[in-house]
Amino acid sequence: MGDRFEYVDVRVDGDDGPIVSGFSARIAAVGLTAVTGPSGAGKTTLVRLLNRLDDPDSGGVLLDGEDVRSYDVLALRRRVQYVGQVPVTFPGTVAANLGCADPSVLLQRVGLPASMAGREADRLSVGEAQRMCLARALALEPEVLVLDEPTSALDTTSKEGVEALVVSLAADGLTVVMVTHDPRQASHLADHVLEVPGK
Amino acid sequence: MTDLSGAIGYKDVALAVALVAVGAAVSRVRRLDLEGDMLIATVRSFVQLLAIGYVLAFVFDGHGGMSAALLAVMTVVAALTAGGRAKRVPGARVVAGIALASATLATLGVLTALGIVPVDARTIVPLGSMVLSNAMASAALVMTGLRDDLAAHRREVEARLSLGHTSHQASLPWHRRALRTGMLPIVDNTKVVGLVALPGAMTGMILAGAEPLEAIRLQLVVMYMILGGNAFASVVAGELTVRRLFTADHQLVRSLRRTPR
Repeated sequence: MGDRFEYVDVRVDGDDGPIVSGFSARIAAVGLTAVTGPSGAGKTTLVRLLNRLDDPDSGGVLLDGEDVRSYDVLALRRRVQYVGQVPVTFPGTVAANLGCADPSVLLQRVGLPASMAGREADRLSVGEAQRMCLARALALEPEVLVLDEPTSALDTTSKEGVEALVVSLAADGLTVVMVTHDPRQASHLADHVLEVPGK
Repeated sequence: MTDLSGAIGYKDVALAVALVAVGAAVSRVRRLDLEGDMLIATVRSFVQLLAIGYVLAFVFDGHGGMSAALLAVMTVVAALTAGGRAKRVPGARVVAGIALASATLATLGVLTALGIVPVDARTIVPLGSMVLSNAMASAALVMTGLRDDLAAHRREVEARLSLGHTSHQASLPWHRRALRTGMLPIVDNTKVVGLVALPGAMTGMILAGAEPLEAIRLQLVVMYMILGGNAFASVVAGELTVRRLFTADHQLVRSLRRTPR
């Protein structure tokens, strides 16, 4: 299998000059790709282009060989699920957050007990909430999972749990793209490493 | 019956300035440092109201066709004021202008189409200005509230967008809250009218010698008109603000999302 994404000479401008410029790289379709690089290199900026939360100021991003802007943006975002650093829970129960009446299979997949379905989402611990966010992303049956430092807000135990979960999702055939500033996480978990150069 | 219609001369206005002098004296004694502002406010109110008095006299005196032009000027001033207060919304003045113009046209249109008030400069201009001045505050509240809420809840908004929600769906909780913020003051005012305050149009008519019940019927029309005008302006301002804060591709505009790198 080839590449899922390709960055072609991407430039994204910030308030004072470009955040990234002249960036070209590929992301493999299979396995877990860690996006690493120094703080301020533009890692978050780059992965936000994958589901079009932002667009580059010049250059382009290809998904399966086609410019991401050629797809319907709402359909693209369901295919390419993005989970941020800090888990975002919506008002209501876990089941309501997951948008289904019987979320036990989803909960099991992310290592949460089925009994959690009726809990208010804002009462979850940060680790539980991050797993719920992963379940919410998986509910849409995406082809790609983009994770922006998914463990940075977690303590060591929940961090290891989420890491194992992410590895298993990649092994199940999802394309997983994970931003990390932690070289250990990149070398231990990732099948591929995409190094974003600093300036 | 005694009434004040035609009874107030410029001499009386000058005497009423004595009350401002009392305020200025208090400011001086208590060192509030407001005497200068009071002087400016007194002079400005005199000049502005006298000027609009001559304009109204001209329009009412056989130049009714100028009513639309007068209301248009008022709308522009109101739009600049509301837009200036909500200036962090991109294109705020245009958003406010469209909201205020459509609210004024809609409410005056309903009032005249139903035959509640005659199509006449003497009714259209004052009623239009009341709709405008109230809707101006509502539109500014909706625009600033929505913009600041979406900026503060950027993560939640983008989490919703990431799940495939449209910009309208993703902003809905804060859109709803902004509309409530914009409309609650007038709803509350309408609830307590007559209990807490005797409103301006009614007191004015009573002072000018009208029967209280006649004045009250007019005031009711005015209140409902203002309520409707505020609701209309809020809805239009909210809708247009959402469109200005998201791109056509359901992305938050960059001014709202300074992201960590």
